[in-house]
Amino acid sequence: MSAVLTAAPPALPPQMTPVRVAGVVKETHDTFTLTLDPPGEEAAGRFLPGQFSMLYVFGVGELPISISGDPGDSGRLVYTVRSVGKATNALVNCQPGQWVGVRGPFGTSWPIEEARGNDVLIVAGGIGLAPLRPAIQHILRHRDDYVRLLVLYGARSPKDLLYRKELAGWARLPDTQVLTTVDYGGVNWRGYVGVVTTLFRYVRLHPGRTTAMICGPEIMMRFVIRELEKRGLPDADIYLSMERNMKCAVGFCGHCQLGPYFVCKDGPIFPFTKMRPWLDKHEL
Amino acid sequence: MDSKTLTDVLREHPFLEGLKPNHVQKLAEVALEVQFARDQIVFREGDETSLFYLLASGKVALEVSAPGRVVRIQTLGEGDELGWSSLLGNAGKTFQARSLEPVRAIGFDAIRLRQVWEQDPAFGYQFMTRLLKVVAQRLQATRLQLLDLYAPRGTKLV
Amino acid sequence: MDTTLPSVGSQAVIDFPALSALVSALRRRGYQVIGPTVRDGAITCDAIEKIEDLPIGWGDEQESGRYRLKKRDDSAVFAYTVGPQGWKRYLHPPELPMFEGKRDGEAFQILRNPPSPPQYAFLGVRACELAAIRLQDRVLIGDRYRDPAYQARREGAFLVAVNCTQAGGTCFCVSMGTGPRVGAGFDLALTELLGAGQHSFVVEVGSKTGAAVLAEVEHRKARKEDVKAAVAAVDAAASQMGRSVDAKEVRDLLFDNFDHPRWDRVAARCLSCANCTLVCPTCFCTTVEDITDITGEHAERWRKWDSCFTDGFSYIHGGSIRLSVKSRYRQWLTHKFAAWVDQFGAHGCVGCGRCITWCPGRIDVTEEIREIRGVASPA
Repeated sequence: MSAVLTAAPPALPPQMTPVRVAGVVKETHDTFTLTLDPPGEEAAGRFLPGQFSMLYVFGVGELPISISGDPGDSGRLVYTVRSVGKATNALVNCQPGQWVGVRGPFGTSWPIEEARGNDVLIVAGGIGLAPLRPAIQHILRHRDDYVRLLVLYGARSPKDLLYRKELAGWARLPDTQVLTTVDYGGVNWRGYVGVVTTLFRYVRLHPGRTTAMICGPEIMMRFVIRELEKRGLPDADIYLSMERNMKCAVGFCGHCQLGPYFVCKDGPIFPFTKMRPWLDKHEL
Repeated sequence: MDSKTLTDVLREHPFLEGLKPNHVQKLAEVALEVQFARDQIVFREGDETSLFYLLASGKVALEVSAPGRVVRIQTLGEGDELGWSSLLGNAGKTFQARSLEPVRAIGFDAIRLRQVWEQDPAFGYQFMTRLLKVVAQRLQATRLQLLDLYAPRGTKLV
Repeated sequence: MDTTLPSVGSQAVIDFPALSALVSALRRRGYQVIGPTVRDGAITCDAIEKIEDLPIGWGDEQESGRYRLKKRDDSAVFAYTVGPQGWKRYLHPPELPMFEGKRDGEAFQILRNPPSPPQYAFLGVRACELAAIRLQDRVLIGDRYRDPAYQARREGAFLVAVNCTQAGGTCFCVSMGTGPRVGAGFDLALTELLGAGQHSFVVEVGSKTGAAVLAEVEHRKARKEDVKAAVAAVDAAASQMGRSVDAKEVRDLLFDNFDHPRWDRVAARCLSCANCTLVCPTCFCTTVEDITDITGEHAERWRKWDSCFTDGFSYIHGGSIRLSVKSRYRQWLTHKFAAWVDQFGAHGCVGCGRCITWCPGRIDVTEEIREIRGVASPA
C-alpha cells in the first residue's frame, strides 16, 4: 500500500530517546499506568489518539505500547501496561526516577476527523480501553465537534476494570452514555454482568451518523462488528485496532504482517473495510 | 409506565416489536404490571412460578449461590426478558433473580399464555420465534463468556 | 587501448586476463571486492583478491533438494548458476549491532557509533539478484522509512552484473520477468563468451563510475558480432529454464485460496527449517535481541535475520498466532506472491530457484502454485 500511496520521501526511523519515569499508578492487580517525562524535543511528545510507542527497558527488551494519555495534554507521555510477560513485567515494575527508552509515536490514529458531526461509539474490551482513552479525551476536549458519546466497556471482573473514576466521571457528562459490564460479577458489583455485546440492547444507535471505534481481543471485535452490522452500521464507519508481534515499528522486521498489511505502518487502527477479508482467517 | 397504557408499553417493548395489534391486545389481556424495589428477590432457585417478565426499566441479576459465595451470571435490563423457562412449562427456577435497582416490568402467567396459543397457534409461533432468538443470543453470550477473552493467554481454561 | 572514457550504455570487450585488471581497479578504488568462490562444496560469495579465487571451470547441477558442483571441461568463470548465498548477507547482514547502552545511575545512555561499513564491489550479480536488490531497496530504503544500515551499504556498492549464459535446473527468472538478461541498476554488466579459442567478456557500461572503472581496464569497443554473440548466449540461457511460474493473477489466486487443501499437503512435507527464507534474496525479516553483560551496566541490541517459519515469529502475549507449519508455509508463499504486490507493488519472488534447491523436503514453489491453480476452488 504504502509504496504506492506514500508521497513523502522515506524518512530515517525515529531514534530511541531515554526518558525518566515520572510516575507509576496501579490501575488493577496486573495493570499499571506509567507517566514519562517529556522527551527532549517537545514535538516528540505529540501524538494522535490510537498511536503507539516502542518502550524499552534497559537490557530487557522493547515492546509496542499504545499511548493512553490525553493528546491535548502536551509533553508527558502516558502508557497503560498489563503485565503478561518478561518485558511487560519489567515495565510495570519501573519505579519513578528510573529511565526507559522511547521510540515513536508510530501508526495510524482513530478517525477523530472522520467522526466529526457524528455520534461516537466506543467499544472496549479489557486492556483495549487504554488505546481508546486518548480518543475519548480528544472528543471531550472538542465536545461540540461530536454529537453523542457512547462508551461500552467489558472486562473480566470488577477488579479488572481500568480508569474506574474516569468512567464514572464520563458517565455524568451530558450526551454521554457509559455502560460497563463484566464477565464474572460478585454480589458487590451492581453493574452489568455479561459479555460486552449484550450491552448493545441498552443503547440506541443512529446508523449513518455514528462512527464506531473498537479495541479488544479479536474474537470480541468480530462479535461486536456483528452486532453493529445487525443494527445497520455501514462497514465504512467501523474502525478497529489490531495487534501483532512487532520488533521495529517501521516496516522492516516483517513480524506484524496481517494479510497485505503491516500493522505498524498501515495500522494499528484500520477501517473495518480493510480488515473485513482477514478478520476471520485462522492463523493468518 | 406512568401515563402510558399497558398496551403502549407492550407495543414499545423490543421483544414485541412488529407484532400484530390483535396479538398485542391478547397479551395485554393477560398482562399485569409489577414493580420490585431495589435488592428484592424476584424469584429464587427452585421456585415453582409460572411468571414470565418483560422488563421496562431497572436492572435484574441472575445469581447462583455456591457455598460461601454468590455468583452473578448475567444481568438483565430495560427491554430484556426474564423467566423465559416458565413459557416451556418448566417447574422450578434454575437461578435466582434479584433486582439491583428499582424495577418495572410486565408479567405474564405462562399457563394463561399457553392457553391463548393453543387457540391461536399462529400467535404462539410468532411469540416462540422471538423467544428462540432471545435464547440463542443468551447461548451465544454464554459461549463468549466461557472463552474468558480477557484472561492472560497463559491462564486460559482450554 | 582506447583511452577515451566509454559512455554509459556503450559496450566493450575485455579478454579473460583483463578480469584480473578489473578486480585490481576496483581494489585500487577502495572497494572490497566480493565475488563467487568455491567453498564447502558450493559456490558462495566471499572476498575476491585475485581471479584465481573465482570458480573458474566450475559449474553446478541443481534440482529440488539437490545441489552439486561439477567440474566443467572449459575455463568458464560464470557458467555456474546462483549458489546458496546472495548479496543480501552484505547489504542486509545476518547480524548487525544496533546500539550499545551504558547505565548511568537510574538513567542510561544510548551510544550509536556503528563502524562505517566497507564499500563493496559485487562481482557477478545475476539478473535475478539485481532484481532482488531492487526489491529489497523498496522495503528498506524506498517506503515510509529508510534503514540507514542498508542505505550505507547499498549506496556505496559497485555492481558488476553478469548475464547468465547457462540456466540452472531450478531457475524460473524468465517467468518472473527478472532475467536472464540484467535490467537496470548495474555499473558494469558482463556477458561471458567462450569457445573457438577465445575467452572474453562483452561489457555493458551502466553508470559513469562503471565507465571510469572500465577505462582503467584494457578493453576494445564491441563489434556487432560480439554483441550478437552475447545476445545469443543469453537467449540460450533463457531457453534452458528448468522451471516456470504462471505469475498471472497469482496474487488473487493465493489470497482467494486461503483454505485450499494443498496447504495441508505441503505442510506434511515442510520441516519449517527456514532454509528457504535464509537463501531467499528478497526475504528481509529480522528480529532484535537485547542483551546485557553480567553486571547489568552494559546493554546491546542486535538485529538478526528472522524467519516466518519460526514458532516465535508471530508471538503475542502468551502464544503464537501461526502455530501450525501449514500457516507458516502459507504465510511465506502468500507473502512472496501476493502480499508483496500490495505492500511494494511487485512480486517478492525473482525466480532464482534457491528455495527449491535448498529445501530438504524438496518443496518446489512453482509446483505449489501450479497445484493451487490447478485445483483452485471456485472463487
